[in-house]
This record gives sequence, C-alpha cells and structure tokens, in this order.
Amino acid sequence: MSMYKVAVIGDKDSILGFKSLGVATYPVTGEDELPRVLNRVTRENYAVICITENVAQHVMPQLEELNKKLLPAILLIPNNQGALGLGMEQIRRNAEKAIGADILFGKEGS
Amino acid sequence: MEIRVNPTRMELNRLKGRLKMAQRGHKLLKDKRDELMRKFLELIRENKELRMRVEAKLSRSFANFLLAQAVMSAETMEEAIMFPQARVELEAEEVNMMSVRVPRFIRQQQEEGTGGDVYPYGFANTSAELDTSIAALAEVLPQLIKLAEVEKAVFLLANEIDKTRRRVNALEHVLIPQLVSTIKYISMKLDENERGALVRLMKIKDIVRGDKTG
Repeated sequence: MSMYKVAVIGDKDSILGFKSLGVATYPVTGEDELPRVLNRVTRENYAVICITENVAQHVMPQLEELNKKLLPAILLIPNNQGALGLGMEQIRRNAEKAIGADILFGKEGS
Repeated sequence: MEIRVNPTRMELNRLKGRLKMAQRGHKLLKDKRDELMRKFLELIRENKELRMRVEAKLSRSFANFLLAQAVMSAETMEEAIMFPQARVELEAEEVNMMSVRVPRFIRQQQEEGTGGDVYPYGFANTSAELDTSIAALAEVLPQLIKLAEVEKAVFLLANEIDKTRRRVNALEHVLIPQLVSTIKYISMKLDENERGALVRLMKIKDIVRGDKTG
C-alpha cells in the first residue's frame, strides 16, 4: 500500500499555518496561476487536496471533473476571510442530485 | 410505442424473455437505489455536521493566525514555519459501498523524537497567538481528513444514485411498456391470423361440399 500526502492550495496568508503541520502548501496569488498549480498537484500522489473557496470558485467545473475519480478527494475550505458557503453549497447540490429535492437546507429557504 | 418486429411466434418468445429479464433488472435496480439512498442519507447528515464543525474551527484558527501575523514580522513568521517537524502522510484504502468504491484515509502517525510536539519552532521569537493557531490547526487536521473522506463518499454516492435512478426510470417508463405493447401486438396478430385461417378452412370446406352435392 502506497503512501499519500495532503496538499493545500490557497492564498498565502491563509495556508501558511498548514505548512507547520507538514502539509504541502501551494500558494496561489493570481487567477492565471491556478491551472498550472492544479496541474502539478494532481500529477503527484495526493490523497486529499484542500482548496480555499476564494481560489476554487474560478475552477469549479474542473474540480468537479477531478473529483470523479477515487483519488484525490478535493475539499473546499474557508480562507482567513471566512467561508463563502461554497462547501455547503456542494453538499446541498449532492443532496439534490441524489434525492431530487433539497432535504437538508430546505427549512432555510432559498 | 411498439418495437417494429415480425409478428411470429419465435419473436414473441424472444420478447417475452426480454420482458422477464427487464422486470427482474428493474426490481434489482430499485432495491439497489433504495439501499444507496439509505446509506447516502446517513452520510450526508454526517457530512453537513462535520463541515460545520470544521469550518468553525478553521475560522478560529485563521483568526488567531491573523493576529500572529499582526504582532510578528513577516520574516520571523516565515522562519518559524519554514521547516515543519512532522509530515502528514495518509494511507488510502478502498472501501466497497454497494459496489461504489469510496476511499478511506488512515493517517500515518510519525514520531521523530518530537514527543508529539506540533510546533516546529522555538518559543523565543514567536507570539502566543501563533501557538494557539497552530495547535487549533493540528486539532482540526484529523477532522479535515475525515471530512474529505465523507464528502468524497457523498459525492460518489450521489453520482451513483443519479445513474441508478436513470436506469430504473428508463426501464420502468420506456423499455418495459414498449415490450408489453409489442408482445400484445404480436399475440393479437397471431390470433387474427389463426382466425383468418380457420374461416378460410371453413369456407373451403363449404365449397368442396357444395360441389359434391350440386
């Protein structure tokens, strides 16, 4: 059984803390830098790739495509300015796809 | 809608076989869908709760980190964090969940003589906020990995449920009605042919008999 690593992609200030834990960090500053970083990250054997929401929002379709395989698992995390709610939105969309109706967040109305 | 076929007995038998198969497949797929759904409902609730917890904790950690950045110079910060003590490594297993393959991550603990210390720096030049932030982050990490696992499973299950539901619907609303109506069409046609043949026979018999007597 091979070993996998964990990667974090996001703006530098948000992800710096992860570095001290031994997680591989890939700071992204501009939007145009992201595809290149993403390419590099997906080629290595990462099992979990965390992406901050503010960075991920530009490449959502691509991320969804990547997520269809068994590995890696792509995870949206909030950055240091707080959550954009994209991660929750993802859960809601999954529920809707599977059940045909939104059961988890139905009460909140949307 | 019927399928265009020759109304023969052989065709009829073939279609009846297909209908039986389709009905069995439909039932099986329906069971599969129901079981997937049950698993999915369990997981998605867990997913939602876990995500809420993780997001809250991450935000707290980030807030402390921001404070740390404010009181320390960028260089000392960089220096403190540059060389991590530990490495996060995962073992990934494949779990079969109703023939959907989902990953399961097991974190490999590494001890390199640090005694479980998460801070890769000395305490002299760094602020207390940084400690708090890093400690909180270290605490979140296992949950983060768990969340990745659950969310992945939810995503894969949702796709599978969607696929299965499409199949069930296609069988239920398209293929099976089509087969039923085609079978009906063939048997009607065959019956009609039979009646036609019978009538023809009787007519011929009449004619032949009429010839003899007349």
